[in-house]
Amino acid sequence: MLNRLRFRSLTTAVVFIAVGLLSGLASAEWQVNMTRGVTEISNDVYNLHMLIFIICCVIGVLVFGVMFYAMWAHRKSRGAVAETWDQNHKLEVVWTVIPLLILLGMAVPATITLAKIYADDPQADVTVMIEGYQWRWRYTYIDDSGEAPVSFFSSMSTPRESIANVVDKPENYLLEVDNALYLPTDRSIRFLITANDVIHSWWVPAFAVKKDAVPGIINTANTFILEEGTYRGMCAELCGRDHAFMPIVVEAVSPEAFDDWMSEQRAEAVALAELTSKEWTLDELSTRGQQVYNTFCAACHQTSGQGIPGVFPSMIGSPKVVGLPDETIDVLVNGVRGTAMQAFGNQLSDVDLAAVATYIRNSWGNNMGDVIEPMDVINFKAGL
Amino acid sequence: MTAVSAHDDHAHADHDHHGPAKGWTRWVYTTNHKDIGAMYMWFSFAMFLLGGFFAMIIRAELFQPGLQLVQPEFFNQMTTMHGLIMVFGAVMPAFVGLANYMIPVMIGAPDMALPRLNNMSFWILPFAFLLLVSTLFMPGGGPNFGWTFYAPLSTTYGPPSTVFFILSMHIMGISSIAGAINIIVTIWNMRAPGMDWMKMPLFVWTWLITAFLLIMVMPVLAAVITMMLLDIAGGTSFFNAAGGGSPILFQHLFWFFGHPEVYIMILPAFGIVSAIIPAFSRKKLFGYASMVYATAAIAILSFFVWAHHMFTVGIPFVGQMFFMIATMIIAVPTGVKVFNWIATMFRGSITFEVPMLFSIAFVVLFTIGGFSGLMLAIAPADFQYHDTYFVVAHFHYVLVPGAVFSIMAGVYYWLPKWTGHMFHEGLAKTHFWLSFIAVNITFFPQHFVGLAGMPRRIPDYPLQFANFNMISSMGAFLFGLSQLLFLFIVVKCVISGKKAEAKPWEGAEGLEWDLPSPMPYHTFEKPPVIK
Repeated sequence: MLNRLRFRSLTTAVVFIAVGLLSGLASAEWQVNMTRGVTEISNDVYNLHMLIFIICCVIGVLVFGVMFYAMWAHRKSRGAVAETWDQNHKLEVVWTVIPLLILLGMAVPATITLAKIYADDPQADVTVMIEGYQWRWRYTYIDDSGEAPVSFFSSMSTPRESIANVVDKPENYLLEVDNALYLPTDRSIRFLITANDVIHSWWVPAFAVKKDAVPGIINTANTFILEEGTYRGMCAELCGRDHAFMPIVVEAVSPEAFDDWMSEQRAEAVALAELTSKEWTLDELSTRGQQVYNTFCAACHQTSGQGIPGVFPSMIGSPKVVGLPDETIDVLVNGVRGTAMQAFGNQLSDVDLAAVATYIRNSWGNNMGDVIEPMDVINFKAGL
Repeated sequence: MTAVSAHDDHAHADHDHHGPAKGWTRWVYTTNHKDIGAMYMWFSFAMFLLGGFFAMIIRAELFQPGLQLVQPEFFNQMTTMHGLIMVFGAVMPAFVGLANYMIPVMIGAPDMALPRLNNMSFWILPFAFLLLVSTLFMPGGGPNFGWTFYAPLSTTYGPPSTVFFILSMHIMGISSIAGAINIIVTIWNMRAPGMDWMKMPLFVWTWLITAFLLIMVMPVLAAVITMMLLDIAGGTSFFNAAGGGSPILFQHLFWFFGHPEVYIMILPAFGIVSAIIPAFSRKKLFGYASMVYATAAIAILSFFVWAHHMFTVGIPFVGQMFFMIATMIIAVPTGVKVFNWIATMFRGSITFEVPMLFSIAFVVLFTIGGFSGLMLAIAPADFQYHDTYFVVAHFHYVLVPGAVFSIMAGVYYWLPKWTGHMFHEGLAKTHFWLSFIAVNITFFPQHFVGLAGMPRRIPDYPLQFANFNMISSMGAFLFGLSQLLFLFIVVKCVISGKKAEAKPWEGAEGLEWDLPSPMPYHTFEKPPVIK
């Protein structure tokens, strides 16, 4: 009996500690304010935000204080008799001029911060081109080294089953990607921001950078990251059905680690070029194609290939899929005008295009048995 | 302001053929400003419930993380429809209804200046909204690009029903412009003798200024949607970068309409509470003249601040500064108005009937919305707030406890005058407190998730935003349900209730209170003389 009691109190204690820890972990769920961030600008913005918030609170307390005093003291039920004055020019001038002065007091620090944000630096150490696509980001590191630029797409990696509540939600639900953007700390960074289709907005709260990605226009933004870490953000402009599903993940690493990472990326680019020229087998392409399909196509056409009737066409037995190889490649490369089917020609590598074409032609009962090689895609693009 | 209107009653006794027609033709053919005003308000309330129903779908989906009820496509259609219906179907027609019903009475006119046009302005509205709502049943669904319908999402990637959306917006615009012209002409030409400009009730003043805003900006909306139509169906490239156009051009045009539009939805509210607060404080409105000037100043400034909706699109530094400072300056005339209302209450003899409760809630919550608006005006900080739930919280604070509460205050204030019955005080107070509490539960937490980094218009969100979204959704359901009580109270008041006196509120002022309750079908056929 005694043992059981002890055991119980022990479990209770464990439960209490666990709850305490969990609530500590979960405190982010009750976050009520902006984050300070990890750049000088984000700190300035935070301070500006707090300054104006506090001024508003003070004004609010004064104004509502007078109002509630009047409601309490000048009630009819308390015997208040209304006075007859309805004008006081001095008072009206006072409450026009004082707010003007307060606004001036706000405008000065705001303008200073604004000027800092606008101090564009074309000579930045690192320049990244950010392109918004429905619904993923493409990052390209631009330099004048003469080598092929490092460029990749960054797509959300939270599984659709998790969004549909079929499997549990991971810790960074909707805020995780397959390829994060790597940036160095302690170096000046310049972003060139544009979009391929509709307007998106690239936003990382920790840097206080939010800039619209507009088709046909290149916007610039600068940042200088002070602390290493993983920083997350989301697209902030309504960009269509998957607007909620295009997160941004930035890995800020030391300058040395960044240089190493860049070298690795360049080596991979060379390897990819080799992959393009090699001869692939049906199995190799299908395996790779399935991954590509699940990342880029399954959101609309479903993993089953059946699509959504009336909205997204089925892949099974579709004339574009089981027709001539070039027809399949054409749809993938150029998209279908007037529908949600985008042109993937520039979004995917030739290897991936070939792989996904092979995969859909040989899955879900589509038994074409043929292999579309990367060279076929290259030839198609060249008009051969 | 006192009026001699006794002659009005016997003028009626021998003109009984002037009463309303019987049956449905009364409502279809009517040119009577009171009938049209009432129809506007019933239509607006129907739209308020429909737009509210769409909001409930949004809040139900956002109750928990993950997709439970609807798919993202449909979610986007709901956010778009909710916005469009609330702006163009609920808030604007409610104010137009109040204007139709009350302005002729307030200025001692027999009717609106252009009664037949008035009939048309109303009757094209139901068709516009039938068309808009029918797009939900079209292949590809309804508009899914937000109430701001930014190009190229709307022009290049929108559903085929976008052209019907454009047509319905055109019809709404025609209705608004016709209504605005009617209001201006009525106020300009039909004031009773002695009703000088600076004797007009503030509601009339605010509507006059609003009507000018309407006729200045609705054509801009018409232009921008026509350009959209040409881009979609005419092969032009106004907003298509690939064809030499600019998506930013769309935003400049849209917000040149859109920013004054938000003042169209709040200026008449200023007029309503400026009638109610003095009535229940038993004291004249403090600073009448400065109220008029402040309203005009807000209206003029509203034309110079549109780009504060576009701080993140990449406008140059000097432009950013100009729009930031111009926006901040709007706080001054708005502040003057708030201070004047408080000065009106100060040393008054205040009672807390339902219209007053709604008006006080209006002043407090609208001011909170004003504070968040000032924060949004600060461009560097706006980079963090822009397109987050902080913005959603801000504009719902000015539109729900702002515009909507003022409309409810106005309805309760004039309901005895319209129906001849007093409404049920206890039920109405319940309605007020439920609405007041629910609106804060709904929208206050949205400030928090916005600052913490939750973007607007997302059907699903990261786990860290779960708690406040659940609270917000619960508040929204409560707010939605409370409005059914409002419907019950109004219907009950129309059918039955204690007989209302000509002037049921002790401190109320204005020509309308000289008329019996309910008002005769035709009033002021001979103008009253204002001393």
